[in-house]
Amino acid sequence: MDILRFITAGSVDDGKSTLIGRLLYDSKSILVDQLEAIEKSTKNKDNGEIDLALLTDGLRAEREQGITIDVAYRYFNTDKRKFIIADAPGHVQYTRNMITGASNVDLAIVLIDARHGVVEQTKRHSIIASLLGIPHVVVAINKIDLVNYSEDVYNNIVIEYNNLAQKLGIKNATYIPLSALRGDNIVEKSAQTPWYDGKPLLQFLEEVKIDNALNYEDARFQVQFVIRPQTEALHDYRGYAGKITSGVYKKGDKVKVLPAGIETTIDKIEIAGKEVAEAFAPQSVTILLEHDIDISRGDSIVKVEDDITATNEAEVLLCWLDEKPLQPGNKYILQHNTRRVKTVVKNLSYKIDVNTLAHVEDVQQIKLNEIVKASVKTAAPVVKDAYAANRSNGAAILIDETSNATVAAVIFQ
Amino acid sequence: MSNSEKNTVSNSGSPLGDRGFSLNYLEQLEAESIHIFREVAAQFEKPALLFSGGKDSITLVQLAKKAFAPGKIPFPLVHIDTGHNFPEALAYRDWLANEVGATLIVRKVEDTIKAKNLTEPKGKFASRNWLQTHTLLDTIEEFGFDACIGGARRDEEKARAKERIFSVRDDFGQWDPKLQRPELWNIYNGKINKGENVRVFPISNWTELDVWSYIRAEEITLPSIYFTHEREVIEYDGQLIAVSPFIRIDAEDVIIKKQVRYRTVGDMTCTAAVESYAATLDEVVNEIKLTRISERGETRIDDKVTEAAMEDRKKGGYF
Repeated sequence: MDILRFITAGSVDDGKSTLIGRLLYDSKSILVDQLEAIEKSTKNKDNGEIDLALLTDGLRAEREQGITIDVAYRYFNTDKRKFIIADAPGHVQYTRNMITGASNVDLAIVLIDARHGVVEQTKRHSIIASLLGIPHVVVAINKIDLVNYSEDVYNNIVIEYNNLAQKLGIKNATYIPLSALRGDNIVEKSAQTPWYDGKPLLQFLEEVKIDNALNYEDARFQVQFVIRPQTEALHDYRGYAGKITSGVYKKGDKVKVLPAGIETTIDKIEIAGKEVAEAFAPQSVTILLEHDIDISRGDSIVKVEDDITATNEAEVLLCWLDEKPLQPGNKYILQHNTRRVKTVVKNLSYKIDVNTLAHVEDVQQIKLNEIVKASVKTAAPVVKDAYAANRSNGAAILIDETSNATVAAVIFQ
Repeated sequence: MSNSEKNTVSNSGSPLGDRGFSLNYLEQLEAESIHIFREVAAQFEKPALLFSGGKDSITLVQLAKKAFAPGKIPFPLVHIDTGHNFPEALAYRDWLANEVGATLIVRKVEDTIKAKNLTEPKGKFASRNWLQTHTLLDTIEEFGFDACIGGARRDEEKARAKERIFSVRDDFGQWDPKLQRPELWNIYNGKINKGENVRVFPISNWTELDVWSYIRAEEITLPSIYFTHEREVIEYDGQLIAVSPFIRIDAEDVIIKKQVRYRTVGDMTCTAAVESYAATLDEVVNEIKLTRISERGETRIDDKVTEAAMEDRKKGGYF
């Protein structure tokens, strides 16, 4: 049993809340007292069916406005998998919260109302999914009951979305016609859609392969914390604690410490104080090295034959997440996993319109929720990969030095 | 972890082994939580682990132990003692702190009430749950803690479902749900201004069943009240409340003896017991798997007051 993390993005009208409610309900993750509470609030409605959307009811401010403002995390499991849902808002003004939810998922469910087909919101969500390199996209063509389970409607939407997916470079799109409200093609294949030969949604989520999205080729490890017990028995112990973000490390591996470039050998790898012969992403480990060298938080340990280099300049996409607009020329702190360096943003070349994907040359001001192509110059070198090649070592955040706010998502090109 | 069940951590995955380079869900959760613990130790000057004696904070201690092994946990355990605790939980607290060699700091709500002339809540199950926020904020100030690690889980409750793993609080410990920092990938921004502090929740992504499964896999010792025992209780509004000096017994209350265990451990005034004969971790896990009632719904008396009870408490500086 492993974990699948996925995001559902959409507004209330798409049936997103109903879909999540349906998954929780049909996987028996809704408990009696939660159900009673919903039944109580649904009583006044005419059709007698419980309103599954109420299961994902949020904070008071959200209830007052009838919209989702921030990501809520929901959990359910079947015999095959544990699922973590990032239930993200779909409104354009909350794009930054959707980016938060989308940044570490394996899969995105893009909801399309069968009556309306691909709309502006579908495009925006798909653009974010492609920017963040989400490995799988499920296009849930919802409310198929409201178009009389029409195969033609389904096929037209598939063609329409496929055009968009090609433009965005989304390769792994899977299409499922469903009705979250009626439960068609959620847990079981619906008798109403005999023309659909794929899996129902839950089965697809249970079976989709996700570990192939991890990079096992390039070994990446950044020091988080240096463990030095300084007790009598462990007087010389110096362990570099951190998370293997990609690849595999073994005892005896010849490695180099970047950015300094010093070469040494892995003497020992420990997990929770116990020695192991090898370890791999995403394990949290402690590495001990043969030589006593000066290493601190943020330094990378990579294989000696690896051609990755430390660099002070990089091309990036920035997703701006702060109310205060980007000030070109201002200094920010760039945090690349555990490494923090001062940085300055320069050479803004174009904005990406998140609704059309068009490049907009007007880059006078970069505001909240805008995405811009730029370059950064850092005060100290960064050991990064291109995001497209290695997601876990190709991302960073920008922090405003004065407010300490996280102001941008940085995607290395 | 023990080898007694499937959810074991093997020494390492091997490309030659049948599992390949894959971790099961408990191993993934553990790796993520250890990563968070190490971020706290590296990013903050004075972190503290808020320890309640409940299973979630016991799990935190286990994870912290593993995160810094063979070194010691590099921050103190802090217990905000309401004075309404189960004696078994207090005994366990002292034993555990000693066992892991951690500094234990205890601050009492009773003292805050006296020093600040606070009004004690009244009523049948008068709970000091809300008052402990005062003691917590005073303790944070007294020691200058810049990060407080807590065992809250997102599956518990809808306000918790929205909270970040690094949750920045203002001078007054308040949470602003509308203005949370974006939290991207596994990159945690713990930079704060003077006076602010961060609440960190390393087991945000664990469910109740995950916690129990982990406790079983790791063979973690728990306070005895988590297992079946005979206890004098009164039945109130469908819930079993332990007879203690902290609740008011009225004439119409019937005191009965029952075999019970606790599913969650908070104050004696606001935690209900469940009827159970489960005497081992296996038996408890099986009961949790079969239960159709949520943890808070079954055992917490304090969340029922208003629909947004937790949201309000968090805004006021609660965990």
